[in-house]
Amino acid sequence: MKENDIYSELSSIRNLMERSTKFISLSGLSGIMAGIYALIGAWIAYKLVYTEDSGLLYRNVYVNDPLVWWPLFLVAAVVLILSLVTGIWLTIRQAKKKGENFWNPVSKRLLLSMIIPLIIGGLLILIFIFRGYYGIISSSCLIFYGLALISGSQFTFSDVKWLGFCEVILGLLAALLPGYGLFFWVIGFGVLHIFYGSIMHFKYNQ
Amino acid sequence: MKVSLEQFDKAFENRIRLQVMSVLVANDNYDFNSLKDLLNVTDGNLASHLKALEKEEYIIVNKTFVGRKPNTQYAASQKGVDAFKKHLEALENLIKQQKY
Repeated sequence: MKENDIYSELSSIRNLMERSTKFISLSGLSGIMAGIYALIGAWIAYKLVYTEDSGLLYRNVYVNDPLVWWPLFLVAAVVLILSLVTGIWLTIRQAKKKGENFWNPVSKRLLLSMIIPLIIGGLLILIFIFRGYYGIISSSCLIFYGLALISGSQFTFSDVKWLGFCEVILGLLAALLPGYGLFFWVIGFGVLHIFYGSIMHFKYNQ
Repeated sequence: MKVSLEQFDKAFENRIRLQVMSVLVANDNYDFNSLKDLLNVTDGNLASHLKALEKEEYIIVNKTFVGRKPNTQYAASQKGVDAFKKHLEALENLIKQQKY
C-alpha cells in the first residue's frame, strides 16, 4: 500500500462520515431571498401600522385592531410561504448540482429536528394570539425560530448554529423592549438572513 | 513504498466495505437505498459487500417493510466498530512509520 493511497483512503472515510451526517446542500441564496422577502413584508407592515402625517411619523392604529391585524397576519404568512418555497426550490437545485439526492436520511433528520420547535412555537404563538397577547408574537417567533436553527444545526453547516443564537438573543431583546417588535423582525428575519446567506454563499458555493 | 498488510483487517481491504463501515459508524443506522446513493455503487455490488460485512458480524441487518417495499436498515455492531477503529489506527501507524 502506497502512502498516497492511505491518505486518499483516510480522506474518503472522513468525507463520507461528514456527508452521511451533515446536509450540505443548503443554499445561501435562499437565506438572502428570505431576507429580502422579510424586508418587503416589514415595509408593507410598517405602512399598515404607521402613517405619515404632516411630516411626523406616528402610530395611528394599534396592532390589536382587527382591521390592521388581518392584513398583517396575511403579510407574515405570505412572507413565510414565499421563503419556504424559495428555500426548498433552491436546496433541491443545489443538491442536484452536487449530484446528491436531496431527500436522504440526513435531510430527513434535519427537517425533523427543526420542525419540532417550530410547531410547538407556532402553536404557542397561536394560543397567545387567540388570548389577545399580541405583544409576545415578535419575540416568540424569533426565539422559536432560533431554537429550531440551533437544533437543526447539528445536521448541517455549524454556521447555522450562530444564526440561531443571534435570533434567540434578538427575540429576548424584543421581549425586553415591547413596541419595537417590527424593528426586531427586520433585523432578525431580514438583515440577519441576508448577512448570513451572503456568508454561506461565498463560503460554500464557490 | 511497500508495507506489510498484517495489521489490516481483511474485511476492509475492499474500499467499498470500508466506506460502508465509515457511514455506519458515523450514523445510528442507514438504509440500503441511501447507502447506494451516497456511495454511488450498483445494487448488486453493494449487496455483496454488505453480505460480506454481515458474515463477519460487523453489521446488524434489520429488514422491515414500508408498505410493500422492503426497507432494510443497516447498523454497525460493536464488533464492527472495534474492527473499524483498529483498522484506522493501523492506517495511522503506517503514516507515522513512514514519516521517520
